[in-house]
Amino acid sequence: MTVAELLQGSHGLGWAELAGLCVHFMVLSLLAVGGAITTAPDMQRYLVGEQGWMSDAQFTTGVAIAQAAPGPNILFVAVMGWHVAGLAGVLATMLGIMGPSSVLAFIVGRYGQRRADAIGLRAFTAGLTPLTLGLLLSTGWVLTAPTRHQWVAVALVIGAVVVSVRSKISPMWLIAAGAVVGALALR
Amino acid sequence: MSALPAQPAKGEAPLRRPASPAAMFRAFNRLALQGFGGVLPVAHRELVEHERWLSPQQFVELLTLGQVLPGPNIINIAVVLGDRFFGWRGALASCAGLLLLPMAIVLTLTTVYQHFADNPWVVGALRGMGAVAAGLIVATAIKLSRTLKSNPMGLPACLGLGAATWLMVGYLRWPMVGVVLGLGSLGMAWAWWRLRAQEREA
Repeated sequence: MTVAELLQGSHGLGWAELAGLCVHFMVLSLLAVGGAITTAPDMQRYLVGEQGWMSDAQFTTGVAIAQAAPGPNILFVAVMGWHVAGLAGVLATMLGIMGPSSVLAFIVGRYGQRRADAIGLRAFTAGLTPLTLGLLLSTGWVLTAPTRHQWVAVALVIGAVVVSVRSKISPMWLIAAGAVVGALALR
Repeated sequence: MSALPAQPAKGEAPLRRPASPAAMFRAFNRLALQGFGGVLPVAHRELVEHERWLSPQQFVELLTLGQVLPGPNIINIAVVLGDRFFGWRGALASCAGLLLLPMAIVLTLTTVYQHFADNPWVVGALRGMGAVAAGLIVATAIKLSRTLKSNPMGLPACLGLGAATWLMVGYLRWPMVGVVLGLGSLGMAWAWWRLRAQEREA
């Protein structure tokens, strides 16, 4: 892999497309009230469906790798950018998803009033919690797109849900178990 | 915002200040590298128990702020905490500590994976990991659904809103902007109206 390939990625995206990518993720940044992962369905819709820059399998793999590695879960966004346009893509997606929300956090942290009991703020969180839930379910649904037709994969999804809800085991072990089962039964 | 550090209750060790933005970079880097599948539990241990930059109460307040604001909670916490101690340099140092090394690791893993993308064992392993990742996210939704019982909108309205969101974004694949602005304003208006009614009754 040459440096030019690293910077541009295999799609050779131009500045206009990179800017479009960045702006799309900036909008998602402000919508990510339940965390960045809630915006994954829209990332998939845009990157896989609308632009055709990556496949369903690449998308799900990206989220899986980011969850298996140490660090904030938001890094799945960097993997998306990397697939789409190398390092330039990483910059576009990460600046997009972090920029607007970080600036907002900076401003609110500095000048905001601490009024967690205000009725407007309570209505905001209470009103958006069901949406967060629906978006998380959407993310789960979208991530199963490449393997939904394989019963072993469906069993893995259900198993992961049950174990994760009922125990405090680290997600790292569940993902490791998924890798072993997958290598043996999902080839 | 009150000035930090505030004095802790009697019997607790006094709070400290980070020595420099570089110290914040190192602390956030350390907690990020320990966080598999979520950094927040590690953040509590490092920032409250180990470094003692925050009291438990201050940590909860910061976490609430990070959750109300859009964007990744832990990044919001890093921005606000970094800014409180060292202004924008602290915010940048904390975020960089959180992201730089873990990002290098994730991208290295991706490149290694791409190298072995033709190997059926590797492809199978990644499919299994993807299925588990999907399950973990669904489990998060289930854990979150337990909080709906105390939601002022009531359980049926909450379930309706959640199901509608899944239908539009997950199944019909409509753009998220319109769905979140539309259903979100509906939910917030309904919650506000219910909270007002509850206050009048009380």
